[in-house]
Amino acid sequence: MIKPANKEPYQQAYYPPVPTGLTRAMRNNIVWQIVRFFVINMKMLKLMRKSH
Amino acid sequence: MARVVVLGAGIAGHTAARYLHLWLPKAHEIVVVSPNPKWNWIPSNIWVGVGQLTEQDVTFDLAEIYKKTRIDFRQAKGLSLHPEGNAASARPYVTVESTLPGREGQLENIEYDYLINATGPKLNFGATEGLGPEQGHTVSVCTAGHAKEANDKLQVLVDALKRGEKKTIVIGTGHGTCTCQGAAFEYIYNVDHILREQGVRQQARIVWLSNEYELGDFGMGGVHIERGGYITNGKTFAESLMVERGIEWIVRAHVKKVEAGKIHYETLDGSFHALESDFSMLIPPFSGVGLKAFGRAENDLTAQIFAPSGFMKVDADYTARPYADWSAADWPRTYQNPSYANLFAIGIAFAPPHLISKPMQSANGTPINPAPPRTGMPSAAMAIAVAKSIRDLLNGAEKPTHTASMAQMGAACVASTGAHLLRGSAATMTVYPIVPDYEKYPEYGRDLELTFGEIGLAGHWMKTLLHHTFIYQARMLPGWRLLPD
Repeated sequence: MIKPANKEPYQQAYYPPVPTGLTRAMRNNIVWQIVRFFVINMKMLKLMRKSH
Repeated sequence: MARVVVLGAGIAGHTAARYLHLWLPKAHEIVVVSPNPKWNWIPSNIWVGVGQLTEQDVTFDLAEIYKKTRIDFRQAKGLSLHPEGNAASARPYVTVESTLPGREGQLENIEYDYLINATGPKLNFGATEGLGPEQGHTVSVCTAGHAKEANDKLQVLVDALKRGEKKTIVIGTGHGTCTCQGAAFEYIYNVDHILREQGVRQQARIVWLSNEYELGDFGMGGVHIERGGYITNGKTFAESLMVERGIEWIVRAHVKKVEAGKIHYETLDGSFHALESDFSMLIPPFSGVGLKAFGRAENDLTAQIFAPSGFMKVDADYTARPYADWSAADWPRTYQNPSYANLFAIGIAFAPPHLISKPMQSANGTPINPAPPRTGMPSAAMAIAVAKSIRDLLNGAEKPTHTASMAQMGAACVASTGAHLLRGSAATMTVYPIVPDYEKYPEYGRDLELTFGEIGLAGHWMKTLLHHTFIYQARMLPGWRLLPD
């Protein structure tokens, strides 16, 4: 079996947080995204009310 | 009877014209002057740039729309303002040059009682050698035509990737003083999405190259949002998305020169670099469109009415101060010119008092800092405030009655990161206020209740909804006035 290469540390891509599989799945989960669609709409309406 | 002239028919100018049409008594005239025959929903140009929409999907003929109203449309570009009239008459006028086919170059003087300057920016590709689709080696998504050309070249690149060739794609800003990083941000993720859909992503190296000090600055000095039990800077999320999509990034960069296949840039530490590129989309810096202004005796008033950048001075506080002394109160509220009370400037056409991001210079003295963004939502808010003020001034008010300061309004940005009904996504971001107000919000300059961001499919649906809603509204179809701006 070939030993996989060690992950190179201290590089640009080494530090930022990376979404887990669950986070990525929820971004495209239809039911959850329908909920988020309404939440985003509410947040935007609140923002617009405060801006005008 | 009065005449209101609107120079420019982009998001700001067309919004002002729509509401003037709605609110001014019929006795008053509204004239819109634009060199472009078409209105363009610019936020969707990025989808034209990857072949998911056509030019026709994001534009429509202004003359056709205005024909159904009492708005008098002149296809022409503004050349000079004459706010004191001339030797023959004291009535102010603007000199315009026709761009209508068959009448190109013909000059006309249009008298006005009020003038709204909403010309938008000049796309200043000339500021960087080799930048731009016409004289240079990069593509652009700043106009629908540019975006179509970008897609044509992108498809050639995709074909090469399908043949197994390796290519480097560079997307970002083409000068140290650019704004509009958001458009480049959307484009890089849409290109990434298209390459994944085509199964060729592994063949391409994609690099973000920008003048931001850190990712996620967007010319607003970045944002802080609450997430996962922490108050976190937007940089974290911007970097996270880059890593997730396998995109490299270079920030604090001023592009000095673009050659075929090579981009030369300087970074804030004063060092110089070159980056090989097979396809690059770099946003140009913006400047004013070059309007001049003359007094009654043909004396040059340009420096009095316009800032050195070419944008029009309004009721901002332009006193030069260090960053630590900047204040939310520096930002304009009424958009009225301080010298001539019947002149207003909105959208990108007004001169900001200073940057929002902290000014930076390289070790060689090169400014490398994003200019302030002036996106669709604040542009429309300014247009509505100025239209209301002009309505009230015509009714006898002594000074502008409505305000729309960028330090007192929020902005929503839905940045596409891939277009598809089920597999698409977008980063939805809101900030309040756009210009940080450290007197009101001492810790972060913004209201964290109204400043948020998230990525997901819902954002893509939102962006699609906004695309159709705003084009419907701009076409002035039945019920347009009921839709939010």
